[in-house]
Amino acid sequence: MLTMDRNKMSMLLFLASEIGFFGTLILAYLYYYPSYAEGPNAANSLDPIMAAIFTVALLASSFTLYRAQKSNEHGEQRATRTWLLATVVLGAIFLAGQLWEYINLLNEGVTISGSLFGSTFYTLTGFHGLHVLGGLIAITILLGLAMSGHLNPARAVAVETVEYYWHFVDVVWIIIFGLLYVWPHIS
Amino acid sequence: MSNITLAPEASDSLPALSKPTGLLSWIASVDHKQIGIMYMITALIFLVIGGVEALLVRLQLIVPNAQVLSPQTYNQMFTMHGTTMIFLVLMPMLIGFGNYFVPLMIGAYDMAFPRMNALGLWLLVFGGLLMYYSFLIGQVPDGGWFMYAPLSEQPYTSHRGTDYWALSILVMGIGSTTGAINFIVTVLTMRAPGMTLRRMPLFVWTTFATAIIILFAIPILNAGLAMLEADRLLGARFFNRGGGSPVLYQHVFWAFGHPEVYILILPVFGIISEVIPVFSRKPIFGYEFVAGSSFIITFLSFGVWAHHMFASGLGIGFNAFTAFGTMLISVPTGIKVFSWIATMWGGKLRFTTAMLFAVGFLITFTIGGITGVTFAIVPTDWQTTDSYYVVAHIHYVFVGGTLFGIYAAFYYWFPKMTGRMLSEKWGKIHFWFNFVAFNLTFFIQHFLGLVGMPRRVYTYPDLPGWTTMNMISTVGAFLSGLAHLIFMFNVFYSLRRGERAGDNPWDAWTLEWATTSPPPPHNFDELPPVRSARPLWDLAHPEDPDWKRGH
Repeated sequence: MLTMDRNKMSMLLFLASEIGFFGTLILAYLYYYPSYAEGPNAANSLDPIMAAIFTVALLASSFTLYRAQKSNEHGEQRATRTWLLATVVLGAIFLAGQLWEYINLLNEGVTISGSLFGSTFYTLTGFHGLHVLGGLIAITILLGLAMSGHLNPARAVAVETVEYYWHFVDVVWIIIFGLLYVWPHIS
Repeated sequence: MSNITLAPEASDSLPALSKPTGLLSWIASVDHKQIGIMYMITALIFLVIGGVEALLVRLQLIVPNAQVLSPQTYNQMFTMHGTTMIFLVLMPMLIGFGNYFVPLMIGAYDMAFPRMNALGLWLLVFGGLLMYYSFLIGQVPDGGWFMYAPLSEQPYTSHRGTDYWALSILVMGIGSTTGAINFIVTVLTMRAPGMTLRRMPLFVWTTFATAIIILFAIPILNAGLAMLEADRLLGARFFNRGGGSPVLYQHVFWAFGHPEVYILILPVFGIISEVIPVFSRKPIFGYEFVAGSSFIITFLSFGVWAHHMFASGLGIGFNAFTAFGTMLISVPTGIKVFSWIATMWGGKLRFTTAMLFAVGFLITFTIGGITGVTFAIVPTDWQTTDSYYVVAHIHYVFVGGTLFGIYAAFYYWFPKMTGRMLSEKWGKIHFWFNFVAFNLTFFIQHFLGLVGMPRRVYTYPDLPGWTTMNMISTVGAFLSGLAHLIFMFNVFYSLRRGERAGDNPWDAWTLEWATTSPPPPHNFDELPPVRSARPLWDLAHPEDPDWKRGH
C-alpha cells in the first residue's frame, strides 16, 4: 500500500468514499422494502431477463477493459484500441438497456413521484447510471489518447486507475442486480 | 553537518506564474501554504458573518416577548449561524491548518495533489457564496442546521432556501472529500526519509484520522441531500408523503452528523498535543495512546449516531446499543485528557497565550464532554433533548473545544506562517476576555435548559429566572463578540508591528520549525535527520537524543 502509485491510491480512496454514498442509497431501498407490497415493486414491475442481458454487457466490459490494460502494458497499441472500443460499446449497451427499461417503466406508470418504490429505484439505479456515464467518458478519453498515439506502457497508471473505477461500478451493479432483480424472485 | 539529509523535491514542476506575488498569485496558487492561508481567511470572514448571526439571535432573546427580529428572520439567523459555523468556519479552519502544516511536519515539499488541493479550496469558497446568495434572492434557509424532514420538504418550505442549503453543502462536501483523499495520500507517500509512522507528529496523526472520517461520513450526507432534493425537486417520497419516513432522514443525517463532531474535534486534539508538550518542556505522555485512541474514536464515531434520536422512539434495543457506544467513545477521549494532564505534570510550564488557550480548552472541553455523556443516559436525554442544555453542550464542545483549540493553533503557528509573533499582551487580554465571556454566555444555558427552555424558540414568556438568565447569556455573547474582535485586531496589529519570530521562537521540536518563517515555496532547503518524534530536540541535544532513550 505504501509503495503504491499515488494516483491509484487516490482512486481507491475515492471508491472507498463511494461505499458510503451507494451504501446509504441501498439501505434506503431496503429500509422501505416492506412498504413496497402494495403498488409497483421489484417483483411485479422489473424484468429480470432484460436486466440480465444488459448486466452481461456490463460484466463483459470489465473484462474487455482488463484486456485493454494488459495490451497497453505490453505495448500492443492496436489491441489496446480494439479492447477500449469494445468497452465503450458494451458500456453504451448497458446504458441503452437502462434507458429502455426506464421508458418501459414510465409507460407502465412507475414514476419517481408515484410510489416509494419508484423513488428508491430511480434514485439508486439513476446514480449508478450516472457513474457508468462518468466511466464511459473517462474510457472514451483513454480511447482518444490511444487513437492519437499518446497511450503507451509508461502511462499504464492512467488505464489502471480508470480500470479500478470501472470494476467498482461493476461490483455496485452486481449488488443492485442481486437485490432488485434476483432476490424478489427467490425469496 | 554531515547528518543533514536533503529535502525531497518535486520531480515535475506544476505550471506556475512568472511573478509569484500579487492577488493573481494567490488565486492561481497550488501551493499548500497559500491554500492553507486562504482556507483560514475564508473561515475568518465567515466567523464574522456567523458571529453577527449569533448576536442577532441572542439580541432577540435578551428579554421576554421581544420583537427585535421577525420570527421568519429569527429562524433564518439560527439556521445560517449553525450551518456557517460548522461548514464554513470550523471545518475550513482545521483543514486550513492541516493544509499548511501537515506537509511541513512530515518534511514534504507540498501535498500529494496540489491542483486537487486548490480545487477543494475553491469548491468551499463557491459553496459558501452559493449558500449566501440565498440572501440576495430573499429565500434564506430556515429549517435549522440539520434541516429535518418533513419541515424541510416541499409543502412546508415552499421557498428555495432548503435547495440553496442542500446544494451548497453538496458542493462543499465534494471539496472536503477531495481534501480527505489528499491528506491520506500525502501522509502515506510524502514523508521525509526517517519519518516513520511512529515518529509522526500527533497533529499529523489526528488529521489523518479526521481524513478517514471525512472520507466515509461526507458521502452519507451527500446521499441524504440527494434524496432530500429528489423529494423537493422531483416529487420523490423518501422523507415525506406516501409512506416516506422522516426518521430515515434523521438516521442518514446523524450517520454523518455525529462523525462530523469528531471531524471538528480530532484535529484540535492534535493541536493540543503539539502545544502542551512544547510549553511543558516534556515529550507527550503516552504518544502511542494519543495516536491510537484517535483511531478508536474514528471507528466508534460511526456507531453512536442514534443518541441524537432517542426522542424519536427507536425501541429499546437500538437505544441501548447507541447508549453503550456513546459511553464507550468517551473512553478514548478521556485517555487523551489524562495524557495532556500527565504531560503538564511536573513540567516547566510556560503560560504563553497558546498554552492558556490549550489549558482553557482542557477545562471547557471536559465540561462539554461530561454533558455529552449525560445524553447517553436515555431517560436524561429525553428530559434535556431540544432544550438549552443541548445548546450549552454543543457550544462547550465547538467553541470551548474546537474554537479555543484553533486559537491555540493561531498563537502557536502564526509566527511560522508570517514571520512575526502575535502580540502576547493582546493575546492574554484576548484569552481572558474570551474565556470569561464564553462561560458567561453558555454555562447558564445548562440551567435554562434544565428549567425547560426549548432551543430555537422565537421568544419566551416571563417565567421566574428566565429573563435574568437570558439577559446574562446575551451580555456574555456580546462580550464574546468583543473578544473575537480583539483577536482580529491582534492579527492586523502583529502583521505590521509584531516581533520578528525567527525560525523557532518556541524552541519546539517538530520539522515545521526547522525551516524559515515563513517557509520558502519548496519548504525546506535541508532537513535534519529524523530519528525520533522530536527531530529538533535531537539536533539541539546530541548528548541526550530521544532515539537513544527509545522515544
